[in-house]
Amino acid sequence: MSGPQNDARDNGEAGLLKLDHVTKVYSTGTFGGGQLTAVRDVSFEVKPGEVMSVIGESGSGKSTIGKMILRLSPISSGTISFDGTDVSTLKRRALKEYRRDVQGVFQDPFSSYNPIFKADRVFAMVKSEFFPGTSGPEWRNKIGLALEAVTLDPTQVLHKYPHQLSGGQLQRLLIARALLLDIRFLVADEIISMLDASTRIDVLNLLADLKGRGLGIMFITHDLSLGNYISEKTVILRRGLIVEMGETQKVFGNPTHPYTKMLLASVPQLHHKWEEIAEGLKVPDSVVIDKEAAAKKTYETVSEILAPDADDSVLVETEPNHLVRFSPEEAREIEPAAVAGKTE
Amino acid sequence: MNLEVENLRVYYRTLAGDVQALDGVTFGVGDGEIMGLAGESGCGKSTLGNAIISLTGRMKYIEGSVTLGSAELPIWDFDEMNHHRFNDLSIIPQYAMSAMNPTRKIGKMVGELLDSKGVRHKEYIPELKRRFELVGLSQDVLNMYPIELSGGMKQRAVMVISTLLDPSLLIADEITSALDVSTQKAVAEMLVEFRERGFVKSMIVITHDISILYQVADTILVMYAGKLAEKASADTIINSPRHPYTRLLISSLPEVGVTYTGKRLTGIAGTPPALLNPPEGCRFRDRCPFAYEKCLEEPPFVEIAPGHQTACWKEI
Ligand SMILES: Nc1ncnc2c1ncn2[C@@H]1O[C@H](COP(=O)(O)OP(=O)(O)OP(=O)(O)O)[C@@H](O)[C@H]1O
Ligand SMILES: Nc1ncnc2c1ncn2[C@@H]1O[C@H](COP(=O)(O)OP(=O)(O)OP(=O)(O)O)[C@@H](O)[C@H]1O
Ligand code: SF4
Ligand SMILES: [Mg+2]
Ligand SMILES: [Mg+2]
Repeated sequence: MSGPQNDARDNGEAGLLKLDHVTKVYSTGTFGGGQLTAVRDVSFEVKPGEVMSVIGESGSGKSTIGKMILRLSPISSGTISFDGTDVSTLKRRALKEYRRDVQGVFQDPFSSYNPIFKADRVFAMVKSEFFPGTSGPEWRNKIGLALEAVTLDPTQVLHKYPHQLSGGQLQRLLIARALLLDIRFLVADEIISMLDASTRIDVLNLLADLKGRGLGIMFITHDLSLGNYISEKTVILRRGLIVEMGETQKVFGNPTHPYTKMLLASVPQLHHKWEEIAEGLKVPDSVVIDKEAAAKKTYETVSEILAPDADDSVLVETEPNHLVRFSPEEAREIEPAAVAGKTE
Repeated sequence: MNLEVENLRVYYRTLAGDVQALDGVTFGVGDGEIMGLAGESGCGKSTLGNAIISLTGRMKYIEGSVTLGSAELPIWDFDEMNHHRFNDLSIIPQYAMSAMNPTRKIGKMVGELLDSKGVRHKEYIPELKRRFELVGLSQDVLNMYPIELSGGMKQRAVMVISTLLDPSLLIADEITSALDVSTQKAVAEMLVEFRERGFVKSMIVITHDISILYQVADTILVMYAGKLAEKASADTIINSPRHPYTRLLISSLPEVGVTYTGKRLTGIAGTPPALLNPPEGCRFRDRCPFAYEKCLEEPPFVEIAPGHQTACWKEI
């Protein structure tokens, strides 16, 4: 059994899913007059058998990225491609094929599940939509395998309504449904936070098994300890902007952007108190908006304390497979050549 | 003022029979102590918190006593408890955020609450504003509707309001669970600060997230399937727990600052027993790797070291 976190060194394999300068602008207000840029110029790629964590505060744009990948929300600019094909061009048959390859599982298993359907009915719907030609025994066998992959006992779950299952069981059932489609990419949006500590790790290990079978996974979470456990790559998102990304071990081991540092300093750790951690993750005074708040004893969130990134800030590769957002001035100091080339 | 809970038993009445959600628990919370209450979903944390303050709906008082300071609380009498609720002890119920009346402005809500307690609410408004400011909320919040506040702002507001009369005990049920890490930290630190400032003396902080408790609680009480499993200082529970359930729980938690390449954590196989007809003996038996014949009898919750209690035959 391989560990949850594989070695993330570039294996030269082509990206499975690729985001290229993706931006999302929502219209807001009663008459759609206002605009809110939820995702700004985001580029990254995920390879087969790789887990990419997307981490950020509430409202940072994580789910919006997931929805664009799943074609549940249109892209404002930029492209998302899967296996080299621009996803937004897909129609009818090709779109259906895409949905067999790429599926999402969301935060609240209870709401994404129709409460009046028993589990077997939900599976039957998958069959009629995607596998009308598959024979009964063959289909049952397939369900058996999918449930086995998520360690659920068919006799215990199939005849049950959602409310008769635990959150962990339901979450695994939804993953099994996605697996039935032989998916190659999974968008997992906060699927762990609703679960109990003792079942969390089972679902995480399940994801680790799936990636062992070549599945690419985008793992959306605000819980950095989960991201650290499961993913080889990490994207830190702030107000729709990537502020730091790269190999998980580098982003977590050598956090460089003040936002990443402050998020890490907020994680409730099991063996270190917040005060202890804060020492090692100090951010420079120059980026603190509210000095008093940062000093001590206020109840403000990272975003309220920290100055936003400038519009002309750029991502700079500070070490191999580790990118950090800097202002143009800082960037020039670090790596003069990088600024001209990389203006993501 | 300290809280003493003695053999408290509270069930839920259902058509199928009684759900034995709180099955004889005995523990104390010292004056000024922040006690964390942890355990997996359905183990009875909210039942315990609610039972101390207001038995409602299907909750049925079976036996036991709750004493705050020197006075026994009439917890079986909802109306009688009205004299204590909000004055002496206060609760922030689980899902309080979503339970706020969406058509009432925050200020109006507070006014009504204070009036219902027979307190002249005008007298408290300056203090309310002062405390709002202290937690980084502007006075404008009083003129806002709950939906206009973010999750973190709502929890800060609820904290201030529930402790406005400086109760001796505050029970905070899952107030950090729906928040992101940075907001979680802000709200959790506020709990400690409120005790420091004397807005509240002791607290029971309920959460399934034991790592938050390590940050803010003095002691942690772990429940399992309607019973107490272990209580000790936060440090002991995290670093040297003795009950098998606590040990497995702690070791299943992923952490930042650890590299997991090639390493896997394991969960706890199985699920807790149904509380409608719970099995005799230790309720963790089915899942416990150390279970033996003795475990068919119920283990008592006893002190195994100063300030450290547990209910496990292997440990006593
Ligand atoms: N359909 C929509 N119309 C308008 N604005 C939206 C819409 N969906 C999301 N937003 C806004 O876009 C921003 C990003 O939202 P998103 O749901 O992607 O954040 P998130 O990172 O998933 O947050 P959370 O952790 O709370 O789930 C937020 O400011 C949100 O209010
Ligand atoms: N109104 C009710 N009627 C019947 N049973 C109930 C009722 N409310 C709770 N229960 C049962 O009582 C037990 C304890 O529930 P409780 O809400 O106290 O758990 P909890 O530890 O707070 O869980 P969570 O972490 O999910 O909030 C559970 O088995 C639950 O199913
Ligand atoms: S009493 Fe027995 S079954 Fe229960 S926790 Fe201890 S060893 Fe395990
Ligand atoms: Mg989201
Ligand atoms: Mg509860």
